[in-house]
Amino acid sequence: MSRVSGKLWRVWRRNFDSFRKYLHVNVLGNLGEPFLYLVAMGYGLGSFLGDVDGVSYVRFLAPGIVVSSAMFAAAYECTYMSFLKMVHLKTYDAIIVTPVGIEDVVAGDIAWGATKSLMSGTAMFAVAAALGLVESWWALLVPLLALLVGFHFASLSMLVTSVSPNFDSFSYFFELFVTPLFFFSGIFFPLDPFPAWIRIASRLSPITHAVDLSRALMLGRPAPTPLASVAVLAVTAAVLFRWSIARMRRRLIR
Amino acid sequence: MEAGSGIAVSARGLVKTYGALTAVAGVDFEIREGECFGFLGPNGAGKTTTMKMIYCCLPRTGGDLAVMGLDPDRSPAGIKARIGVVPQETNLDTDFTVLENLRIHARYFGVRRREAAARAAELLAFVRLSEKAGAEVDALSSGMKRRLLIARGLMNEPRLLILDEPTVGLDPQARHLVWDRLRRLERGGVTRIVTTHYMEEAAEICDRVAVMDGGRILVTGRPRDLIRQQIGEEVIEMVPSEEERSAIAADIAAFPARVEQAGEKLSISCDDCRPLMALLSEKGYRRITRRPATLEDVFLKLTGRDLVE
Ligand SMILES: Nc1ncnc2c1ncn2[C@@H]1O[C@H](COP(=O)(O)OP(=O)(O)OP(=O)(O)O)[C@@H](O)[C@H]1O
Ligand SMILES: [Mg+2]
Repeated sequence: MSRVSGKLWRVWRRNFDSFRKYLHVNVLGNLGEPFLYLVAMGYGLGSFLGDVDGVSYVRFLAPGIVVSSAMFAAAYECTYMSFLKMVHLKTYDAIIVTPVGIEDVVAGDIAWGATKSLMSGTAMFAVAAALGLVESWWALLVPLLALLVGFHFASLSMLVTSVSPNFDSFSYFFELFVTPLFFFSGIFFPLDPFPAWIRIASRLSPITHAVDLSRALMLGRPAPTPLASVAVLAVTAAVLFRWSIARMRRRLIR
Repeated sequence: MEAGSGIAVSARGLVKTYGALTAVAGVDFEIREGECFGFLGPNGAGKTTTMKMIYCCLPRTGGDLAVMGLDPDRSPAGIKARIGVVPQETNLDTDFTVLENLRIHARYFGVRRREAAARAAELLAFVRLSEKAGAEVDALSSGMKRRLLIARGLMNEPRLLILDEPTVGLDPQARHLVWDRLRRLERGGVTRIVTTHYMEEAAEICDRVAVMDGGRILVTGRPRDLIRQQIGEEVIEMVPSEEERSAIAADIAAFPARVEQAGEKLSISCDDCRPLMALLSEKGYRRITRRPATLEDVFLKLTGRDLVE
């Protein structure tokens, strides 16, 4: 029984208004870290490395950092921030007495999380472009990819939020799931040297597919499995979206 | 049951359970259009639960419920569009100012920007918060927050306003302000449902009340009628000494009066207490007072004088 409607944009607008109001606090927090990774690892560590996968290390790294910044933006937004609004600030309770139903509230928060991914991913992409790390016009599709990654990860994070008893449980999610994804989705290094089971597990992760796509778009070379990768991202995102809304409804309307 | 039938909310055998706990155990009530209806009852009686079912945030476990002719299970959005809610828990949006809170709330209803701005200005004046329009919510006192919640609940120009303990934590002036505002809404034909733990408030603002306990409605009626039926016109209160306590029963036996004891205190209710009062003072009882019966007497008689749990 999930009835998502266009009213979800009213919730999105609430989040956007809050974001705009606190813009000065938000921007640095969202972009500082991926930027540091790109510079410190890409140029610092990269200066000790030869070519990786046929390009300089920083060129190899930049497309992955774009994806990871999109991933973290949505993950943060739909775990800590959504939980805060749901449990502590009672924002959800305040909204569901209006014609905006719980499905729209959750969908609106997911849409907002995906928007944050779009913003973070695009900003990192712009930084990479300014540093001359982009080699193809295909790269103009990268913001779209960031949005898709955001949709996927926001939905997944909302699912985690729907079963979380408290803030502490998110550290499990981040430490046991998000961080390993960050390191084993081909962002920092190709997975060829690792045992087969790690490579296979990694191919099951939609983030690996997103990194493949991002690298292909930014470096202007074919992705290993372009259509399949897009399909994996989109289908898992859609399933997680529906599932998280259903779970959230069960948590909040009893 | 649209306009014309005169019934804003009707419930038949309404039940809500949380697992093994029965919060509302089958209640019947009809709330008329334009009236102010109060749910009274001790903590945990099921008042908030009943209200949440009315404002479509809690699905019922059993029974029938119609709000403005609509079924909350089937048409929640249709109902919610026409009701305003002032929740028991303060849940203002702390990211925003007073004025922004009202505007954003209006947006959830799809009210246009300009219209929302006009209503917000009007309602801030209505609850005397105009001066605070630009203040962050966290900078308000708790009484101001309650008043802002009332303004927020009116942003969609509801036909039915539901207020769960609207005057908790208000100073006497603010409380009188709220009472006055609720009366003004009456002129606009707005139906109001309130809960409160202040019995003098319920008697002041409610046309009718239902007294709940343990998930059931014990009685429903006009405050005056309930007082007359359950208590009488007057009450004599006294704190008797040991020897007075043993003598009192015999002394009042001849009068049509009823005695209740709560701790040290005796409450004797009667329709006309003057003869009994005269007798008691003649016999030398001390510390006796006579006063009109109140809704609080009804409440305590029906729901027990001692704190349960
Ligand atoms: N979400 C919930 N889960 C389980 N039990 C609940 C829940 N909400 C309320 N209850 C229980 O339902 C009963 C009725 O609670 P309710 O909040 O309706 O009481 P109330 O009359 O509003 O009390 P108060 O005057 O304290 O506000 C209580 O026993 C309460 O513990
Ligand atoms: Mg309550």
